[in-house]
Amino acid sequence: MIDADRLGRSFRVRRTTVHAVRDLSFHVAAGEFVGCLGPNGAGKSTTIKMLTGVLAPTSGRVTVAGLAPSRRRTAVAREIGVVFGQRTTLWWDLPLRDSLDLVRLLYKVDRVRFRERLGELTERLGLGGFLATPVRQLSLGQRMRGDIAAALLHDPSVLVLDEPTIGLDVVSKAEVRAFLRDLNAERGTTVLLTTHDLGDVERLCRRVLLIDHGRLAFDGTVDELRATVPGETSIEDVVAHLYRNSPPSR
Amino acid sequence: MPTVHRRFLASSPSISLYAQLVRYGFRKHATYWGAAAAGAFTNTVFGVLRAYVLIALWRARPGLGGYDIADAVTFCFLTQAYIGPMQVFGGGLEIAQRVRSGDIALDLARPAPLVLWTLSEDLGRAGYLFLARSLPPTVVGALLFGIVLPDGAAVWAAFAASFALGVVISFGWRYIVALATCWLRDDRGLAVVSLVLTTFFSGLMLPLVIFPGWLGTVARALPWSAMVQVPADVYLGTADIPRTLGFQALWAAVLLALGALLTRAARRRVVIDGG
Repeated sequence: MIDADRLGRSFRVRRTTVHAVRDLSFHVAAGEFVGCLGPNGAGKSTTIKMLTGVLAPTSGRVTVAGLAPSRRRTAVAREIGVVFGQRTTLWWDLPLRDSLDLVRLLYKVDRVRFRERLGELTERLGLGGFLATPVRQLSLGQRMRGDIAAALLHDPSVLVLDEPTIGLDVVSKAEVRAFLRDLNAERGTTVLLTTHDLGDVERLCRRVLLIDHGRLAFDGTVDELRATVPGETSIEDVVAHLYRNSPPSR
Repeated sequence: MPTVHRRFLASSPSISLYAQLVRYGFRKHATYWGAAAAGAFTNTVFGVLRAYVLIALWRARPGLGGYDIADAVTFCFLTQAYIGPMQVFGGGLEIAQRVRSGDIALDLARPAPLVLWTLSEDLGRAGYLFLARSLPPTVVGALLFGIVLPDGAAVWAAFAASFALGVVISFGWRYIVALATCWLRDDRGLAVVSLVLTTFFSGLMLPLVIFPGWLGTVARALPWSAMVQVPADVYLGTADIPRTLGFQALWAAVLLALGALLTRAARRRVVIDGG
């Protein structure tokens, strides 16, 4: 479903070249639930921006559902739903329902199908109480659920989330996690998420990619990740150990 | 049909999307009616001040630039009415701020051309500000000084078209200024330059008809004149209508095309800030 082959992205910043991502190769099959870990600045968000066609790679290639996002952005957009936890696609001053209705027109979802899907998402995400509330008045947890609904109304086969649980309280976090787990299990939606919350990874991800300095540092299950640092049992300590011992290479 | 065209048609969002965006732009700005009311008040007060200055000028130089005093007063209140919808002092778009915060990534990920998306929303904004900020100064000007009315339905229609094109041109220019943030990191410097260029070359500061020789010729050929001076000329009946609308349509097309090119360049080259 997602294929990255020696993917790279560099930026020119004041006459020096910064390699945000380099030589990143991985494959995600349909129906997988993959967590992407890495210290701040590791290249996770840049990778997501390349997956969604926001940035074009400077080397290597990436495909989503067999399409290159930077060249076939519109076609890829139909296959992929994106949630940026720290940002919102919703219209700040308008009721949540209006933003969702715009998604219908943007992706040309037919009315019947849309009503069905909205009903389903409203029930699963508990949006019923605030569909008519202007987005600026929503709590962060409500807003995040609204954003997730907006990313899924066109029924994409891949959902990519950049830190979807950031800033959420334990209850909201649990709700978001349960929803994502069901989405993956019941609809077979492929999910790729980046996070700094290891609870997300332990509870949700069957597979973990660890990106460091723009490279793939680990690819395997949570248990395999734990086993890479003998003696450490908590996943937090394992990851902290790995981050601290990563070679500086910029 | 060539493949490229077929793909474009199959994937381009429908007209109803853009119509919805116009509505949302209108409603979004209607939320801030307090700001619009304050703007209308300011535009009206400055309209009165400008009117006295122009009256004094035309008393001293009757017939200057082909206007009489009534034309000059009308010009004054018409152009005050443009300030809101055409955002003559710049801004009105969130793009610059979204580039700085990195939110532009979301805009660029959307399967719809950013320039048309933003234009639609801006037309909604202009529609609201037309009601909230254009009508009050015009009505007050008409009551206090009396303004001339266009000569018949055809001129009204031409004026409406010219006004709408003026809004599109103003959008095209502001979009370019805002998107330049991608390269300049900040739009404040360019916004000041834009403010000076727009207030002077649009005819807002002084009607362009009074500029003699090459300065007047150059000023009237630039896109800023198509925002303020040109629609006023259409209203006052001093413009050749088909030629004038063609001139505006040309600038609108050029600026929108430049905006689309800049968007493409931004997509390829630019660091998207904000992690």
